[in-house]
Amino acid sequence: MENKMFMKKLLLTVMFILPLALFTQAQKVSKAISTPAAARDQLLEGKKVYSKFCASCHQSDGGGVPNLNPPLSKTIYVLGDKSRLIRIILNGSNESLEIDGETYSNPMPQLDILKDQEIADVLTYIRNSFGNKAAAVTAPEVKALRSKKK
Amino acid sequence: MIIPLLTAGIFCSLYAFKNNPSTGSQLRPPRTDADNAGLKLPPGFGALVVADSIGKARHIVVTKEGNLYVKLAKPVKEKGIIYLQDKNGDGRMDEQSGFGNYGGTGLYLKDGVLYASSNDEVFSYRLNEKNEVLDQNNPAKLITKLKKGRQHDTKSIVLDNSGNIYVNIGAYSNSCQQKDRTPGSPGIKGCPILDSAGGIWQFKANKLNQSYGDGIRYATGVRNVVGLDWNQQNNTLFVMQHGRDQLNGLWPDLYDEKTSALLPAECLYMLKKGDNAGWPYVYYDQYQKKNIQAPEYGGDGKKEGSKEYINPALAFPGHLAPNGLLFYTGNQFPEKYRNGAFIAFHGSWNRTPEKQEGFYVVFAPFKDGMPTGAWEIFADGFAGTDQVMSPRDAKHRPCGLAQGPDGSLYVTDDVKGTVYRILYNGK
Repeated sequence: MENKMFMKKLLLTVMFILPLALFTQAQKVSKAISTPAAARDQLLEGKKVYSKFCASCHQSDGGGVPNLNPPLSKTIYVLGDKSRLIRIILNGSNESLEIDGETYSNPMPQLDILKDQEIADVLTYIRNSFGNKAAAVTAPEVKALRSKKK
Repeated sequence: MIIPLLTAGIFCSLYAFKNNPSTGSQLRPPRTDADNAGLKLPPGFGALVVADSIGKARHIVVTKEGNLYVKLAKPVKEKGIIYLQDKNGDGRMDEQSGFGNYGGTGLYLKDGVLYASSNDEVFSYRLNEKNEVLDQNNPAKLITKLKKGRQHDTKSIVLDNSGNIYVNIGAYSNSCQQKDRTPGSPGIKGCPILDSAGGIWQFKANKLNQSYGDGIRYATGVRNVVGLDWNQQNNTLFVMQHGRDQLNGLWPDLYDEKTSALLPAECLYMLKKGDNAGWPYVYYDQYQKKNIQAPEYGGDGKKEGSKEYINPALAFPGHLAPNGLLFYTGNQFPEKYRNGAFIAFHGSWNRTPEKQEGFYVVFAPFKDGMPTGAWEIFADGFAGTDQVMSPRDAKHRPCGLAQGPDGSLYVTDDVKGTVYRILYNGK
């Protein structure tokens, strides 16, 4: 009986851990293949764009300003659908926004003056800073949505 | 001889205590907190926390009995106005109730009537002889259908001595750009926002269901006001404007980050009927000491604005966010404070990458409605830390101010919902 339970637990553990380990391994491999220097640059470039266009409202730590500017850490807006996030940059937004029961009143300006690569960089930066971890955004992804808009 | 006197003394104080529980706090000043509630104050002053965790506490009034009404930005359990009583007379509020299921900022008490605002309406509640609300569920609706954008939507209120109520209607924009807060976007010619916002409107304090057609635009070109008060010495309205944001973010070629952290000034205006403070066309530069043409309207940081716009009575550093203004008329504080202005600064968010500033209450001496000296920080330490890099670092942020019947100064905090009382106990 006890043995059976143990086996069950082991099986469950393996079921959860193994894919995760494989996934992590795969991540490492893919990073190694796609030149690590380039990956680092995107974050660095993204941070530059962030400091210039985003930090005054969303703050350097991405925490936002209570009642005014929403936080960027661990919200569905940042970590969720990439297209929605890209569109917020390209179109701006002046809709009521509620996160964790708090509302934020300042509008998000339209920042379509930024180049595709700059938008990809800054979104990759915010999706991988302030405690966030999410897939990178690429310039072609931005370009596709920008051309759709026109 | 001594013993009977002592006994009589104790008996008297007990008697007073028992029979005037609601006014107990006026008989004897309350004991201040050992750490002065965490505040840094001038010598001779002390402070205590009289209430805590009541919600996003905005403006506040104190009744002559020493009880408090506090307006909440967001109702808690469907109560948007909190009534706090000190039943045992120790100066700390021990009974809490509430009413008014709407969020808002404005609150004012005058001649037996409590006035309160939501973000688009103003209500009045009649009070009984103990300053308790007679009918909590059925206030009179004085003013309705006021413009409410997403930004600057709060409606602060104050009354004069001639039956008028003044309401700020904030501009729902930073600088009336064609595209709000968008780098390089020009200002809209003849900013249309000013027709129904970006100013102070005057209404009758006793007339029902008024809106724009019933009131007058008393002063215009005022971007957004939260703190305002009626100066009883010169019988004039004073308001604290929240100045425009993001000079560097929107116009990086004209303003560097450091300049943008300090400009424009947060202005204290004395407003007379018909005054125009110049938003969005100009902003006040406290270093050049003049109104400067806004970059959205062809300014370059130096070009002076039109002379038709008024100058402030006082100018403070940029972005400090003045949310409370009170002219002190009490006798408790030393002579220099009489008729002077206390201003509660909520603290900045728009100084990144510099550290944020504000989060304190300042004092500026006044006589007959004219400033008579330099302003100084009066109460500091609300933030609970010296370095506020982002406003979220601040544990408390000062917002509303009120004067107690004994001349104590009350300060609200809209982060944790703390209410402070500051007393002078020096000689």
